[in-house]
Amino acid sequence: MFRIIISAFFIMLSSVSYAADDGQRLYVKNCAACHGYDGNGGVGVPLSLPDFLATASNDYFFKTIRKGRPGRVMPAFKNLSDDEVDSIIHFIRTWSDNLPPNYSTQPVRGNAKNGEKLFQTQCASCHGKSGKGGEGTGVTMSRPRSQPILAPALNNTGFLASAPDEMIKRTLIKGRKGTPMVSFLDKGLSEKDIDDIVAYVRSFETQTTVSTNSKKDEPAVIIKESPYSLDETVDSLKNAVVSMNFRLIRVQNLDAGLTEKGKEDKKQVIVYSCNFNILDRALKIDPRVGLFLPCRITVVQHDGKVLVMFANPLRMSELFNNSELDNMCAELKSVYEEMIDEALL
Amino acid sequence: MKNYRKILIGFFLVTLTIPISAIADDLIMRRVSMSFPEAMSTLQSAIAKEGFKVTRVQRVDVGLTASGYKTAEYRIVFFMNEKTVHDIVKRQPELIPFLPLKITIFAEGDETILVTLNPAKLNEFFPEIKMNKEFSEWEAAVNRILDKVQSE
Repeated sequence: MFRIIISAFFIMLSSVSYAADDGQRLYVKNCAACHGYDGNGGVGVPLSLPDFLATASNDYFFKTIRKGRPGRVMPAFKNLSDDEVDSIIHFIRTWSDNLPPNYSTQPVRGNAKNGEKLFQTQCASCHGKSGKGGEGTGVTMSRPRSQPILAPALNNTGFLASAPDEMIKRTLIKGRKGTPMVSFLDKGLSEKDIDDIVAYVRSFETQTTVSTNSKKDEPAVIIKESPYSLDETVDSLKNAVVSMNFRLIRVQNLDAGLTEKGKEDKKQVIVYSCNFNILDRALKIDPRVGLFLPCRITVVQHDGKVLVMFANPLRMSELFNNSELDNMCAELKSVYEEMIDEALL
Repeated sequence: MKNYRKILIGFFLVTLTIPISAIADDLIMRRVSMSFPEAMSTLQSAIAKEGFKVTRVQRVDVGLTASGYKTAEYRIVFFMNEKTVHDIVKRQPELIPFLPLKITIFAEGDETILVTLNPAKLNEFFPEIKMNKEFSEWEAAVNRILDKVQSE
């Protein structure tokens, strides 16, 4: 018995060690969908740029993976072990021969007030006046992009917790080839000016407000009872969809395509519609929004009642960790409610 | 020696409780190194192999292009099986807006990205519904489908 346990123990130890060394497998499983197999970026930012790897410390990667970027798509990977995170970083490092930098955790001393002035003239055109970063998601996605990379959100709590002052300073001094980020020393700023900008960026920590509105309070499905028959409700809903400038895509039973044609259950009717302008805007914000598509309201006859229901986009938006998308989801929820209100008048 | 054995056995039992890799994402995403048409065909075949029926493919890109917007290939594949749908309609009609299940598939250059809601998330959306087993089975099935596409 003891021998069996000893053998099993060593087998397990070797598998744990294998997991720790298996950075590529973990990267493919957790990161490649957004950042690309070779780190060229996509939905996520490019990671394999030599200048980025020369500037980003392992600690920066570790904290970024752990904390994510709240509201900016990159999730916090809390379910990975420290060894697994280290393995992923080890794999990312194989894209460059340069040794990773190590930074002091000491703050860079600078005049944040002067830094603010410089930030507004030198940085705000890309990073936004408040450091909120570029709009949209990712780089290449499914549409042509005018920029190789979106400007990061410097006021993001995840970024501020991950990037030490020295790293921000080095980025400002060196710039990043292959991106619009230039060397601000080359651009004529002094090292003191750069210290002032770093001090201003660090001051975002005291300015950043985190939204406390939890989407978890939102119901996953919104259901309203119709005073009309199922057929009347569907007809009325079709008119409401068109009056809200949506195009009616199709009306079908829930089990269409599953059940033999003509034998579908007529008590569940889906009204699909689309507003292509809203769709185009949504795809520019986040290409994963297909989960909402096409716009859909379902009419169901159940227990003698006619129910009109839709999946609440605002609750669904928590899946995306994308604050830009949150606003659109709130808008879409209002549109659905208006459609239903008009249909049930 | 006896103490040594006890310590080792204790450590072994503790080790058993350490998760080697636990992934529980809200969205399940995969990038596949194949062109969009190839990935689309592989996806539909993987769905069928899991015992589901593809009920419809929504050609989002076609609608967008026809309306004057620029896009690469972008489709939504709906799938389910008849028995499950009819069962849920009777038991839990509030789940209907989430049915059939769907996978979004879009081109990104020479590669293709697939993304779907993790069905296990429905446990959180509907805490009052006791369908953990079914949601976990759907989650496992969706992962198998996407793994299959990725490994082709």
